[in-house]
Amino acid sequence: MFAGRRRSFWQKLVVRIPYAWLVAFFLAPFLIVIKISLSQTAVAQPPYSPRLVLGAGWPGLRAFLASLTLDNYRLLGSDSLYLLSYVKSLEIAAFSTLILLVLGYPIAYAIARTPRRWQGVLVLLTVLPFWTSLLIRIYAWMNILQRDGPLNHVLMALSIVREPPAWLASDTAVYIGIVYSYLPFMVLPLYAALEKLDDTLLEAAADLGCTRWKIFWLVTLPLSSSGMVAGMLLCFIPIVGEFVIPDLLGGSQSPMIGQTIWMEFFGNRDWPAASAVAVVLVCLLVTPLVVYQHQALRAAGRE
Amino acid sequence: MRKVSAFNLATLVLGMAFLYLPIAVLVIYSFNASQLVAVWGGWSLRWYAALIDDAALVESAFISIRLALVSASAATLLGTLAALALARFHRFRGRLLFAGMIYAPLVMPEVITGLSLLLLFVAMAVDRGFWTVAIAHTTTAMCFVTMIVQARLVDFDVSLEEAAMDLGAPPLRTFLSVTLPLILPAVVAAWMLAFALSLDDLVIASFTTGPGATTLPIRIYSQVRLGVKPEMNAVCSIMVGVVGIAVIAAGVLAKLSAARGAARPPR
Repeated sequence: MFAGRRRSFWQKLVVRIPYAWLVAFFLAPFLIVIKISLSQTAVAQPPYSPRLVLGAGWPGLRAFLASLTLDNYRLLGSDSLYLLSYVKSLEIAAFSTLILLVLGYPIAYAIARTPRRWQGVLVLLTVLPFWTSLLIRIYAWMNILQRDGPLNHVLMALSIVREPPAWLASDTAVYIGIVYSYLPFMVLPLYAALEKLDDTLLEAAADLGCTRWKIFWLVTLPLSSSGMVAGMLLCFIPIVGEFVIPDLLGGSQSPMIGQTIWMEFFGNRDWPAASAVAVVLVCLLVTPLVVYQHQALRAAGRE
Repeated sequence: MRKVSAFNLATLVLGMAFLYLPIAVLVIYSFNASQLVAVWGGWSLRWYAALIDDAALVESAFISIRLALVSASAATLLGTLAALALARFHRFRGRLLFAGMIYAPLVMPEVITGLSLLLLFVAMAVDRGFWTVAIAHTTTAMCFVTMIVQARLVDFDVSLEEAAMDLGAPPLRTFLSVTLPLILPAVVAAWMLAFALSLDDLVIASFTTGPGATTLPIRIYSQVRLGVKPEMNAVCSIMVGVVGIAVIAAGVLAKLSAARGAARPPR
């Protein structure tokens, strides 16, 4: 609306206010995390040193820079606790993303195959649980999975098991919680890709003698690959940093990385270590995004 | 009309059952009269009645609602401005960084967002409490608001704005009498989603809160960590109800918004 005209003071404010807010409360905090990850733990308030004192001028700044250290990152490499929780997080995120793909694909496919006027309602129904608090959804599963909870009642009544299995505090419970919570994130992008699928392509394949499975394998699946990649990214990235689900449903012996950050912070009050763990986690999460962006750009260039 | 195959129908039924049964179980058990969570003792409202007497819980609920009102309003204001900036100003210094900062919080793990904001507040020696959580929630929610409002801004006919400007309306007047009415449903929907996000958040609030500002999710979390409790079933059921109504209302508004967009005048 304002393009091509000289912008007035008020129009500049439209950009500057949200810009300033994000710089102050998103960018600056993250820079502080990086800075503290290079500091040392200290028995003080706040519990790290050195502190940057701007009043000290150049000599103060030089002294500050000289006392920064990579010790926290060395600690990450040497202490198996951190390594194990990174591996654990990546492993859980990778497997649950695969499970989500396998479960989400048929659901997205089924929604995309229903008559148009139902599709909106079905999509809304898929997203609706996402808006109730994650905490509540996970708590609902604590109810169901507890030792004398509904699931074990049903399993006992159907004599599938003789003894009630302990579901809680196990990786199985974490997987159930994650798959339940992230299903909408997988179904939506898959649906968006499948919904655009041109029916005439399927008919053409059928006319040329393809069986239904072959049509699915050769036409539908490749054409929905963009949705698959988007869905997998949307699930994988937040699952790696998940805290609430493993904390409430998982066991205490092998924490995920989100729990490790939480523990270092609230339990051990080791802020520099927690910050270093966080910085490495962000780097881990940004990598697949950059790769994806790169691929998407290349694909766009080919077309 | 397409026919729904038996396989697809079964998939849909199973999928929806998986999504809704756990919540249904929670709500049903919240009406359980029995003291033991897992034993069914008939229907009763006793856990809902018990909630009213729990002063700490009621206080937390009011804090959470106040927090959601404040942060949703601030996030809607900032997010709408950001959406205008992204959708209407195609060139300004640092646009790439700006767009990056809008999208990054959407994929940033909550633990890290919370941690970084806490470190900022500590570095600035700010006393933590209600307002620090409000700032944190505003920051994360404004990005969602921007996405929703921006989609609407990109969608509608720019020539309407240009016509108003050509007829001599100054930019602010154009915004208030042309742009805002057209994007209003999206703005309201975004406000509701920001409200729900704030009401739900546990992790970011845990990092940025201070004494006297224990939000409802923090209180619920500290209770349910130790196991399932009947009162918690009741609290959670109420929250499911409130959020459900808000989201359905937001959905209806978005529909209205789309209908209004479809009824645009011919060029």
